[in-house]
Amino acid sequence: MLINKRLVLAHFWLAFAVFGLALLLGAWQMFIRSPLHTWISNPEWYYRSLTAHGTVMGYVFPTLVAMGFGYAISEISLKQPLIGRRWAWAGFLLIVVGAITAMVPVSLGRASVLYTFYPPLIGSPFYYLGVVLVVVGSWIWVALMSINLHVWKKANPGVPVPLPMFANVAGSYLWGWTAVGAALELLFQILPVAFGLKATIDAGLSRVLFSWTLHAIVYFWLMPTYIAYYTIVPRAIGGKIYSDTMARISFILFLVVAMPIGIHHTFADPQVGAGFKFIHSAFTAFVALPTFLTVFTICASVEIAARLRGGRGPLGWVRTLPWSNPIMLAVAFSFVMLGFGGAGGLINMSYQLDTTIHNTQWITGHFHLIFGDAIVIMYFAIAYDLWPHLTDRALTDLRLMRIQLWLWFVGMIVTTFPWHWVGILGMPRRMAYFDYTDPAVAPQAISVTLSAIGGFILTASGLLFILILLRSHRAPREDAGAYRFAVAVHPPVSVPAALNGYALWLALMIGLTVTNYGFPIAQLALREDTSVPAVYVGATP
Amino acid sequence: MSDDLFTRRNPWFSRGVGITLGILAVTVLGGFVLLPYAQPDLKLAGLWDAICSAAGVPRTPSSATPVQPDGKLTRVVVTSALPAAAAPEAVGHGATLAQQCAICHGPTGVSRADSLNLAGQYAAVVYKQLMDFKTGARVNAIMTPFAVNLSEPDMADLAAYYAYLPKLPGYHPSQEKSAPRIVMNGAPLRNIAPCGSCHGALDNKTGSPWLEGQPAAYVKAQLQAFASGNRRNDISQQMRNIARRMTPQEMDEAAEWYASQPPTLVHTTMRE
Repeated sequence: MLINKRLVLAHFWLAFAVFGLALLLGAWQMFIRSPLHTWISNPEWYYRSLTAHGTVMGYVFPTLVAMGFGYAISEISLKQPLIGRRWAWAGFLLIVVGAITAMVPVSLGRASVLYTFYPPLIGSPFYYLGVVLVVVGSWIWVALMSINLHVWKKANPGVPVPLPMFANVAGSYLWGWTAVGAALELLFQILPVAFGLKATIDAGLSRVLFSWTLHAIVYFWLMPTYIAYYTIVPRAIGGKIYSDTMARISFILFLVVAMPIGIHHTFADPQVGAGFKFIHSAFTAFVALPTFLTVFTICASVEIAARLRGGRGPLGWVRTLPWSNPIMLAVAFSFVMLGFGGAGGLINMSYQLDTTIHNTQWITGHFHLIFGDAIVIMYFAIAYDLWPHLTDRALTDLRLMRIQLWLWFVGMIVTTFPWHWVGILGMPRRMAYFDYTDPAVAPQAISVTLSAIGGFILTASGLLFILILLRSHRAPREDAGAYRFAVAVHPPVSVPAALNGYALWLALMIGLTVTNYGFPIAQLALREDTSVPAVYVGATP
Repeated sequence: MSDDLFTRRNPWFSRGVGITLGILAVTVLGGFVLLPYAQPDLKLAGLWDAICSAAGVPRTPSSATPVQPDGKLTRVVVTSALPAAAAPEAVGHGATLAQQCAICHGPTGVSRADSLNLAGQYAAVVYKQLMDFKTGARVNAIMTPFAVNLSEPDMADLAAYYAYLPKLPGYHPSQEKSAPRIVMNGAPLRNIAPCGSCHGALDNKTGSPWLEGQPAAYVKAQLQAFASGNRRNDISQQMRNIARRMTPQEMDEAAEWYASQPPTLVHTTMRE
């Protein structure tokens, strides 16, 4: 039951359109700071492009995918028309207006502050207002997901919430709470300075507030991917979910431990005490738990599909998997990259190991690997899987889809592996320019060149993806039938209250936020001597 | 339903909360007690001191007397409000005082003796240098005797007068030369910011003079003085750190290029 197809399609199309543009910017950045191009002589252009790339890829693109997918999940899995359709369109409109409001000053060079804001850098207030509008638009989605689930629960007392919706609402709550950190930073720290009401800013407090958002936002990006692992992949390859309970536990664990760990992004910051850094480091380790549970459950689910197809032996079943199926390919690629990205993440979260790679290109390589590949490749899979149901037209060219996924996978390896390597060699991040004739940097030239070539492969893949979706709109009309999510081997008959709602886990999430963030925030907010003069960017002197 | 959830009889509640609190307790113990004591360099007065130190409570600074710098430091605090709006009397008084400066800096503020051209220079710049000459933060055999006899209002008036004078274009035959790399890009690997990011062409920072049309010999001599440490009235060693890392060739290029530019092209103005 998918009624509001235009709503979902609008979210997806806007998401993929801005993704395509930001992808071009990313490739340009890789190109002009590589040895393949002479220096453009004006770093401002680089940082302008970087701000646009990060803002779109970090805030606009994944939020739109999560929202569109969330609306589809709500209608399909609850089998009820979306409540608050007008509100949903209003949220979409806010994101459109917000994205434009933010991108105009960025294009004019009035807000080259990078998407993480970097106070005391201060850009045009319209940039921040635009980001706020995007967040507010997404909060409408959070509220709608909650309301839709609530209405369904009233009508179906005691019935287990379908897994896709359970996970979807968990993701929306995670986002609702984690976005509060950046919202506080924008409203109370940055905007007053951007509007000229204050000339100083507490950069340390701003960074701590941003870290509240910065890590859990990754898990918000990850949610559609994990939902696809559990509820699309097993069905698409002809299998079943190995354990419904395991899936629910994974999602509620994300809710609890994704949030109180963000200070591992400020290991090198002097304004946070070492004790809190240690706590956050330790809690970061627990985030591996839901991921390990998921890897185990999905591997088991995939094995079920393989054995149903006649697979034999301890590992021989892998060969009988439907490798020609793009979803199978996507999940395999995603898992490989999740493995590499997770291993790199263990280094970033360790208080001591982090010092060797802090602020180097390793970090940039790391989050491109995790987000760009493990996560985004499943966004492609979600689009491929839902598209026929959204457009009532078949996606027939499986070969082209496989080529696209392969290109993305190979492109990401070629881009990010050398990127990690130059980080280990000590190449700093956020630099617009490297002098490759310098003996200290010359050995890194070949790796950076490889990364740039990877960027071109990714661009080709991204454009191919958009082409495949565009072409589908011209295919003959065809009824795709009812959309189904995967079902568990043992479908839940009744689940404990704790796994059918969020109250307990939300309480723990907020509780841990207070214990892990309360003191550092209160201390910086109450002290008077922690502000520094703001540095205005792009303002005429 | 949630009534049943939040009771100790519900294993999901008791275990969920219990495990979370347990992890929290262990990490707090590790972060606030074990780790501080594991650091031999950390001098702790007791358990509470260890906890405060790990929580990031600022510690009182050491009571030992701070290290005194050798040589005098600038006492001028440069703010964007430094060049206060000049009254006509100030400019007039400044003009009278400036008679004694004309022999080097030129009767119209344009030097023929390879001294700095002062016509149209930012008031904050002139004021700060005079003040530094007077206090001894900057030393020059010719300038120091002049500056020691000036009062603070005198300096402000002199600054106002020179800021009031129009910049003279002068004769700049090779101004179409493209800017050298050091001026436009700096040298990121040596931590050298582009000259233009403070001194104009790209941007101007309060307290930095514009350099267009200044005598090449003067600019080069100042860069060499910063590099050798003979001049040290720059704020937080900004110029010394840059000049020390510049090659002699880059100093030549920057000085020659700025000298070749007409000062009327300076498009950045200081905030009034």
